[in-house]
Amino acid sequence: MNPVLSAQNLRKCYGDQVVVDGVSISLNKGECFGLLGPNGAGKTTTLRLMLGLIEPDAGELRLLDHEVPRHAREARLRVGVVPQVDNLDPDFTVAENLLVYGRYFGMSDAAIEARMPELLEFANLTHKRDVKVPTLSGGMKRRLTLARALVNDPEVIFLDEPTTGLDPQARHLIWQRLRELTARGKTLLLTTHFMDEAERLCHRLAVMDNGRIISTGSPRELIAQNIEPQVVEVFGEQAVAWAQGHAARHAQRFEMSGESVFCYVADAQPLLQELQQHPELRYVHRPANLEDVFLKLTGREMRE
Amino acid sequence: MKPTIFAPPQFSRRFIPIWRRNFMVWKKMAGSAILGNLADPVIYMLGMGYGLGGMLPEIGGMSYMAFLSPGIVCYSTMNSASFEALYSGFSRMHEQRTWEAILNTPVTLDDIVFSEVVWAGSKSLLSGLAVLLVIWLLGMSHSLLSLWIIPLALLVGLCFAALGLIVTALAPGYDFFMYYFTLLITPMVLLCGVFFPVDQLPPLLQNLSSVLPLTHAIDIARPLLNDAMPAQFLLHIAVLLGYALVGFYVALVLFRRRLSQ
Repeated sequence: MNPVLSAQNLRKCYGDQVVVDGVSISLNKGECFGLLGPNGAGKTTTLRLMLGLIEPDAGELRLLDHEVPRHAREARLRVGVVPQVDNLDPDFTVAENLLVYGRYFGMSDAAIEARMPELLEFANLTHKRDVKVPTLSGGMKRRLTLARALVNDPEVIFLDEPTTGLDPQARHLIWQRLRELTARGKTLLLTTHFMDEAERLCHRLAVMDNGRIISTGSPRELIAQNIEPQVVEVFGEQAVAWAQGHAARHAQRFEMSGESVFCYVADAQPLLQELQQHPELRYVHRPANLEDVFLKLTGREMRE
Repeated sequence: MKPTIFAPPQFSRRFIPIWRRNFMVWKKMAGSAILGNLADPVIYMLGMGYGLGGMLPEIGGMSYMAFLSPGIVCYSTMNSASFEALYSGFSRMHEQRTWEAILNTPVTLDDIVFSEVVWAGSKSLLSGLAVLLVIWLLGMSHSLLSLWIIPLALLVGLCFAALGLIVTALAPGYDFFMYYFTLLITPMVLLCGVFFPVDQLPPLLQNLSSVLPLTHAIDIARPLLNDAMPAQFLLHIAVLLGYALVGFYVALVLFRRRLSQ
């Protein structure tokens, strides 16, 4: 079976700046693929290239067996998009938003009305059907945006930071819905900078930075490939002084960030014994996670 | 810049759902919109027509009110297309991100820009109809030829919608539109024969007036409302169509450039 989406060596420049630099991605049917990266890594531009909204300077792209951007319109008939910033119609009610959006796909009003109860149910918005958009909460707006992306019963759904700005309850509800979609065989491509989101939802991930994909694999594979399995975080006023003197003897690798020291080790026992000699230090011992990988690959400095 | 930015426009019927969307929004505020369409020209015609007209002799064989009303028809249609293409269009493109939402569907930017022109043209048509209704009710025109004002209002609307969208495509924000209104629309109102005949102007300004679209709109509307066939009818139509087509293409190229950033 052909991949749902395949991108090869995509490249996009704005002036002298290379925003997407040789990105290759292939999506299989029914998987949730996460594009992970700091702000400005090129995630959104990659999504826009895949939808055929901008033209690549180089590279090949097929989406649902259509060549993009040449036949992007045909491809987009079977694609749903949840954008980063809400762009619901503020003049309309919840139901009107779905109706108007369905028409853009060439659907008849009757066909949209027939899908409406299921979409509202999916978004937990049945009771808000005739309420105007500005009165909805942030979580409701996101759910409506998700329902709107499903109006044409798409095979692939692109989600650009779907839970940014939501409270934990709202995020969990969105996650549950996204898992339901993959269970139904939909293919999801989402961008995020939340590691817990990526770890929970995504079957495969690509870490992106400066327009390039720097690592790909399942969340477990990324951790196994890129980082030592154990992390000991040492913190407190004395932590940095201790690290400068002793950390190198007990940890393969360590990083300092503010008053914390992150020690990455294959076997934590010698380090833990050492730390017990220093009652002035506090520490946490935990398995390595995706955030450690992300920080290792993309660095700890701010991206602004 | 890529050659695709300059590609000829691709038209499709997918602009219709966008037109329907705008119509749905308009319907929610139809009361105030129609009131505005009617009140503005009535105030102008009664205020200027009776107030100023009482002091003036006939102009070219017609009363001042008969001279003024075709000017007001064109002025109103120009205004409603311009406001729609500038303020409302910018709001849909930039503030509300409506275009962004639409672009994620099988609709293309060409469809969107075309829908904007047709929608602003439709609002002009409505505004032209409202003024025509006032003219009929005030008994200022009894000519069957005045029915031709209806398609003219649509053409004037399409023309100024296309020109207005060029400004929208270049605008960094709403404040930018003041330049267009102050530097182009207001001078046009004064130079193109809305309130007084163009031949009152010095030759230089007359020449300038002769290339402005509003002049050609009024040159068609004034005879029609006074029961005469316009002279050089085809020339005037061609000028308005030319502005509409060139304006649309330039606006489209600019929007393609803006949204590919």
